[in-house]
Amino acid sequence: MKMKTALLGAACAFAFAPAAMAERGTDGNVKILYSQAVSIMNAYLSSGTKDVEVGSLVLEPLAGFDENGTIYPRLVTEIPTLENGGISEDQTSVTWKIKEGLKWSDGTDFTADDVVFTGAYCMDPAGGCAQLGKFEGVKSVEAIDPLTVKVTFTGPKPNPLVAFVGAESPILQKAQFAACMGAAAPTCTEANFKPHGTGPFMVTDFKVNDSVELAANPNYRDPAKPAFATVSVKGGGDAASAARAVMETGEFDYAWNTQINPELQAQMAAGGKGTFVSGFGTLVERIEMNMTDPSPDLPEGERATAKHPHPILSDVNVRKALSMAIDRNVLVEVGYGVAGRPTCNLVPAPAIYASPNTDCIMQDMDGAKKLLDEAGWTVGADGIREKDGKKFKLLYQTSVNPVRQDFQALIKGWWNELGVDVELKSIDGGVYFGGDAGSPDTFQKFYADVEMYANNFPGTDPEPYVAQYTCDKAPKPESQWQGENINRYCDPAYDALLAELIQTKGTEERAAKVIRLNEMLTKDSYTIVPLVDRGRLSAHSNTLGGVVLNVWDSEMGNVENWYRIK
Amino acid sequence: MLTFTLRRLMFAIPTLLFISLLIFLLVDLAPGSPMSQIPLTVPPEVRLKIMEAMGVNEPVMVRYLLWLKQFFVVEPLVLWDHWFSTEYSAGMQRIVSWQSRSPVMDIVVQRLPQTMTVIGTSYVLGVLIALPIGIYSAYRQYSWFDQLGTFIAMIGFSVPTFFTGLVLILVFAVNLHWFPSIYDTSLRVTDWASFMQQVKQMAMPVMVLALYNAAQISRYMRSSMLENLGQDYVRTARAKGLTERVVVLKHVVRNSMIPVVTVIALGIPSIFGGAIITEQVFRVNGLGALLIGAIQGSDLPTVQTLTFIFAVLIVLFNLIADILYGLLDPRIRYD
Amino acid sequence: MTNAPAALAKPRSQWADVWVQFKSHKGALVGLFVFVSLVLFVFIGPMVWTKDPTFINPDAVTMIKTRNKPPSIEFPLGTDQLGRDMLARMMKGGQTSIAVGLTAMVISITLGTFVGVMAGYFKRLDNALMRLTDLFLALPLLPLLLVMAMLFRAPLSKAFGPEGGTFLLIVVAIGLTSWMQAARVVRGEVLALKEREFVLAARSIGTPSRRMILRHVLPNVMSPIMVAATLGIANAIITESALSFLGLGFPPDFPTWGRLLFDGAEYIQQYPERVIWPGVAISLTVLSVNYIGDGLRDALDPRIRGR
Repeated sequence: MKMKTALLGAACAFAFAPAAMAERGTDGNVKILYSQAVSIMNAYLSSGTKDVEVGSLVLEPLAGFDENGTIYPRLVTEIPTLENGGISEDQTSVTWKIKEGLKWSDGTDFTADDVVFTGAYCMDPAGGCAQLGKFEGVKSVEAIDPLTVKVTFTGPKPNPLVAFVGAESPILQKAQFAACMGAAAPTCTEANFKPHGTGPFMVTDFKVNDSVELAANPNYRDPAKPAFATVSVKGGGDAASAARAVMETGEFDYAWNTQINPELQAQMAAGGKGTFVSGFGTLVERIEMNMTDPSPDLPEGERATAKHPHPILSDVNVRKALSMAIDRNVLVEVGYGVAGRPTCNLVPAPAIYASPNTDCIMQDMDGAKKLLDEAGWTVGADGIREKDGKKFKLLYQTSVNPVRQDFQALIKGWWNELGVDVELKSIDGGVYFGGDAGSPDTFQKFYADVEMYANNFPGTDPEPYVAQYTCDKAPKPESQWQGENINRYCDPAYDALLAELIQTKGTEERAAKVIRLNEMLTKDSYTIVPLVDRGRLSAHSNTLGGVVLNVWDSEMGNVENWYRIK
Repeated sequence: MLTFTLRRLMFAIPTLLFISLLIFLLVDLAPGSPMSQIPLTVPPEVRLKIMEAMGVNEPVMVRYLLWLKQFFVVEPLVLWDHWFSTEYSAGMQRIVSWQSRSPVMDIVVQRLPQTMTVIGTSYVLGVLIALPIGIYSAYRQYSWFDQLGTFIAMIGFSVPTFFTGLVLILVFAVNLHWFPSIYDTSLRVTDWASFMQQVKQMAMPVMVLALYNAAQISRYMRSSMLENLGQDYVRTARAKGLTERVVVLKHVVRNSMIPVVTVIALGIPSIFGGAIITEQVFRVNGLGALLIGAIQGSDLPTVQTLTFIFAVLIVLFNLIADILYGLLDPRIRYD
Repeated sequence: MTNAPAALAKPRSQWADVWVQFKSHKGALVGLFVFVSLVLFVFIGPMVWTKDPTFINPDAVTMIKTRNKPPSIEFPLGTDQLGRDMLARMMKGGQTSIAVGLTAMVISITLGTFVGVMAGYFKRLDNALMRLTDLFLALPLLPLLLVMAMLFRAPLSKAFGPEGGTFLLIVVAIGLTSWMQAARVVRGEVLALKEREFVLAARSIGTPSRRMILRHVLPNVMSPIMVAATLGIANAIITESALSFLGLGFPPDFPTWGRLLFDGAEYIQQYPERVIWPGVAISLTVLSVNYIGDGLRDALDPRIRGR
């Protein structure tokens, strides 16, 4: 269906790349800077974006996503669909046909056995595979013949193209990793640092959390690629200095994730040494409203649980008023510049899943005040609203990050204008996102009234993402505070609609349901108040050609097409 | 002195064991978790499995004893095997980092060179600058040289290193293009050109740290010198007709060294500990960067191993300082 | 720590002497003047300049217009990236930074001096105290601070209010983790001092330990203590801002000099004045305290005072 256009698009991209005609390894060295250093090349043992992306220079999945989020074949001849019979009628199995003549970087043949092995490697219960989610519902992976692999599921899967798709689940070489199954996985240091791959490069030197040196893979399937003979990946430091190294000193060719303030972006871009590229995926910075009472006066074990509804925020009109007071355009202008845009949606992309709702974009302070008046919250003598003797006071927490602190200050200003007393709190990211059940400061525990963070979903299927907001997924003491329904939203209608979505097959019908679910969380209930659709902002030197910023898969996904502009 | 040294070394063993236990419990109790490094997109069930595979869920004492065994038995055996090509350690589990799944000691060995060259050089340079400045400032108290020295020293430690680093990068890398702003750890010094490159990339981090260290040490040197210059023995020495040079450099400096030796001895283990901020600003990626990264990711085996090595060095250098006191001032006795 | 000699006979005339000597020290007088001005600026200043340091104009258009302003009559030190008045922020920030710097320094110096003198003077305590020092030197700072915050923040804010509790937590955290250098230095000095003739003489006439320490030992280790104190203030002001980055410090919209310096560093190329103000303020504080310390040491030294 859409696949053909994607293929055509990809073909066009190749045709327009002038230096792609050059021979392999003629363009010397390319230097890439990651502000987080790479700790391992094996995506199955670390799900950190930096590890997955740098790993993708070497290891490849069967199929990947292009910059539009369309799936395209990498190691297979075509994408399995219902039409071509690759996906079975009942959607319980997928058959992949591997390209002929593929070789690993050590010169041996790439076969279906390697794919089968990779599946077994990740699904080994003792291995602690970081990408196990990709293999959810997989019953078996078997080789039909050396070039055909069949993945069978335990039941029908509306979206079966998950395992072995995208940089998070690449294929490992059986010969190299055979001794690294299960509990032995972490002991294979050499294999984890220098895996044999089918990608355009191979590792020559690996320094943990510091730098990776790579050279062109002599057995890469396209004899004319890659144009660069070697790649140096350096890690560490911060986003601003990474941007500086590309945009101002010109020491590096590419810097990953250079999120800096918009004014500095403008100044650096004016320097003429490099270019910022941005792309939008599904990452949304949002405020989550706590539906339960986080008061420290409640006994531990009942605090912030469904037993006690939130005394202020349980009223939907109050939540709506808080959202209306926020000017999202200002937030974007102050914090993100070109790398952000205001949004009212939890699922901002892909386009078919995005709700057209834009009600929240315009700030409406007067409307918000009116709404609060109607809800019974009247302005008291000290300018703070109160109802039945209770003061309107909120604790607003987030992780330590300069942009988030600016957002906190701005939103506090607007809420103060509403007559809401706001206390701010910022928490070290390691603690906030750490999920340690013993710490009071994790975002799951949510010992605050509102909190802010960003989240997204991998790939292009939002179903698992919207499935996070069911009643049973609320973090609670019994589940060691694990759970993804951070704000403890609980609506039986939502759970019912979600159950329908899981059974739905057609793309259009699925999209309609996702949009509805998204709206139930956002514009109907204001449980989640989306603020900014955050893009990826990276920088590349003006002498580096072929860069296409891809937010749906590894940013390094098309590195074989990079070349030096002479 | 020998018995004192031996006794102290004996006593160091239980001390270090106790310190290692305390560090272990502290890091374990700290509210971070290795899960903070895993993206939010990974479902909770998978997270729990990852943690289980790391061995995080074992009771803390079990993990501590395992670490003790790995540190004191397995790692020395590995080293032995490495030196003598034997196979004693075959099949034994080494201390493995949770973040990178590689043996912690290998990473330490990989990172020692850049830490030693950059941080070590800056420390030596800092001491070499600080001593003469401190001595001369005290000898000519309130001269313009002393005032200038005081002023620079105050700036030196009241402005944090992240800031001096940033200013240096803007001046020397962005505007003048003299030095690279990012340290290349893969650079091998083979000839004059690569040596110059190494000097260039070391220039800025060394400047930042040398300024900071020199500022501190010169203040201690100066104040201690001032204290001693007013003592009676100085008058006596001058009255004896000794030259100023001998009086100041031989008598006063020697007697003023005790606080300076203390501060320098305290500083040497921190060379090994690396300079967290400076390493991060210039991406030297030495031991300091390793430690901070491990702490942020709650990588307990790495944090534990690094801090323990650090503790050993602290105990060792404080002992050396104590021995030096005795040499500088023979009246000090410990037995 | 400086009142040790004062506890003895004829306090009035001795302090008068000290003051006379202190006055003759030009650097110390200038330092005192600068320090008092800084204190007046941050504590009295907000009564004159009444702008709210955390006020952000809720009207988006006005807010955008007043962002990143250079110094002007309306905003003498300019505004920050959210249009907050820098002068008001410098004053408010100074209150916290000076208070935290001084208190944490006093805690750390008192603790360090106490441990150092005890270890140096009493041989029995030496080993135990110095191993304790080794332990504190070896403990990794970051996890230690995180644990302290986790265990004590909630009870402290309950007992002393959110701001008082945070203040207490911060100064204690800084004090507890920075006394070791002072302790080692003081101990080294005391070890040498103990063997000097005047100490032996005092001991031979049966002076009790308490008096020995207060009268003979402490006054003679004042100079390294003064240096440690100056270094300690700078260290505390910077550490405070680092703590707030761990979520251990004051709420994120609460300005302090260290935090203003950190925040300003991001904008150093476009608006260098944003880092110059807090940088100068911190340096001036440290510099003035250093000169006051210099003068005080000279004034307390009877040998110099006599001249």
